Amino acid sequence: MNKYKVRIRLTLPAMSRLLWSIVRAVIVFGICFVILYPLYLKLSVSFMDEKDLYDATVHYVPKNFTLDNYKRVLAGLEYGRAFINTLALSALVSGLQLFACMLTAYGFARFYFPGKNLLFACVIFTLIVPPQIVMLPMFMNFRFFDLFGLFKRAMGHSLNLIDTPWPLIIQAMTCMGFKNGLYIYMLRQYFKGLPKELEEAAFVDGCGRFRTFIQIMLPSSVPMMVTVFLFGFVWQWTDSFYVGMYLPKACLFSNQLSSLAQVMARQYQNMSGSMNFVSPGFASMVNNTGSILIMLPLIILYLFCQSYFVEGIERSGIVG
Amino acid sequence: MNKKMLMPKKETIAGYMFILPFLIGFFAFFVPMLIKSVIYSFSNMTVESGGYVLSGAASNGFEHYIRALFIDPDYNRDLLKAVKDMFLNVPLVLIFSFFAANLLNQKFRGRGIARSIFFFPVILTSGILMSIEASDLLISTLGPENALSADDANTVFNVSRFLIEYTGLPTALVMYLSKSVLGIYDIVVASGVQILIFLAGLQGISPSLFEASNMEGATAWENFWKITFPMISPLILVNSIYTIIDSFTSAGNELMTVIKRTIFTDVKFGYGSAMAWIYFLVIAVLISSISVVVARKVFYMD
Repeated sequence: MNKYKVRIRLTLPAMSRLLWSIVRAVIVFGICFVILYPLYLKLSVSFMDEKDLYDATVHYVPKNFTLDNYKRVLAGLEYGRAFINTLALSALVSGLQLFACMLTAYGFARFYFPGKNLLFACVIFTLIVPPQIVMLPMFMNFRFFDLFGLFKRAMGHSLNLIDTPWPLIIQAMTCMGFKNGLYIYMLRQYFKGLPKELEEAAFVDGCGRFRTFIQIMLPSSVPMMVTVFLFGFVWQWTDSFYVGMYLPKACLFSNQLSSLAQVMARQYQNMSGSMNFVSPGFASMVNNTGSILIMLPLIILYLFCQSYFVEGIERSGIVG
Repeated sequence: MNKKMLMPKKETIAGYMFILPFLIGFFAFFVPMLIKSVIYSFSNMTVESGGYVLSGAASNGFEHYIRALFIDPDYNRDLLKAVKDMFLNVPLVLIFSFFAANLLNQKFRGRGIARSIFFFPVILTSGILMSIEASDLLISTLGPENALSADDANTVFNVSRFLIEYTGLPTALVMYLSKSVLGIYDIVVASGVQILIFLAGLQGISPSLFEASNMEGATAWENFWKITFPMISPLILVNSIYTIIDSFTSAGNELMTVIKRTIFTDVKFGYGSAMAWIYFLVIAVLISSISVVVARKVFYMD
């Protein structure tokens, strides 16, 4: 009896640990499958011929493997031009908003000034108000842009900034871009977690506050910077809300992709003259191929930044 | 004396200088735009080449609000549906992301890969990709949610029936759970950022707490409820607010699409603004009541 008890004591924890690790592996695998399955579906559809879509025997693996979709969609998206434009815009916007948010977050993390808590509540407030609420006044503001009536006096009319990147740049510089309140919050938590001693040492040595920020804080917050930059970059890359509003005619991925199916159908029509409507199968094939092509640069970027990304998140310690 | 007076002043100025970008954005753009948006919703607007003209709307300016709430046949229904969806999805997203964060916080082989995959939806479901996916007929018929064959549907039905008959759980709860199992993809995809926030919180818990409780002979279960859960509870508040906001600003939200269409396609500026404001006020009331309720239960370490 005694012996039996001892054996149980020895093996039960080990058994349950083994059991849990099996259960855990199954759960993790299952969730990964749920996430990756639609991606695989997109990928497989993008390699299919249109015939395969209507063939009931085709599941997951294309029967008539073809690269035609890619060739067509690359041309239909004007991939090269759109890629360069989107890259430039996303890098510019996310870089600017990273810098603006970092300055603001540092101000909130390290300085004491009257109204600080109230102003930080304002930051959170900007996050809570959906951009759709201020969408129309924003649009009007940039359509008839003016600084204290200066332009009207100088040129006789206000400036039209629609169809230029300026609205996005101005928003990025003033922390008014997409979810910038979230970035300020994340960065502030990160800065708060960094030790003060380094800055104090630099400050005592006669380094100005701004230089301290640039030379001491920036290098020690690279993981969080990468994280925020990545968020900003990805959201700008695929953004259809602001781009559709401020830059509706620009050759950018989100514009190109949203009109892709129709553009492609029109090309088809011109060639054969037989296709009068966009069939759902065709639209789906084209859209999935387009989505894959737009995602691809992001996935590559993500894989490169991934270790920073996870580290930045881990070290932010967003408690409280 | 003099020095003491100077020091805080300098620091104050420096602080304001650092947050200057936000101050400009907030006071030069955000606040005026918010006020303008309210004004728009109370007026009729006509756009001309040199600018736009506002004229007061009928019924003391409440014309658009009255129209949205009492005359438009679709708006109320859309609003109710949006709020209902939010109520159903937010708890699921929270529970899932909390669970996933705990999972990813443990040590196991392949954790790095699992983490990268779990955060993948942040990329996969942004902006245009999401709206393209939502509009895609083929994938949505093949997709996990609708790929139910007769057998699958039967299984779900039988399991639900079993749960209702033998466990005595309320029918509504079982239906809710079985529905959420079918919609697992939507939940997983909506919880990328929330997992990140929870994971960061978990990493922030000092290991010494666990060491101490292990010394006293606490089980993992006790550790979870007595240490992990209270320590991470402030983030439950943060995450529930984030999830609510995310659910109604995402590109897939139908009501927001309707509002955008009303403004830019139908050119009904005042009406669209009024619709947006009603929606926002509903959400704001929900968020504040949820934060009041949750904030009472939240445990703050310091």
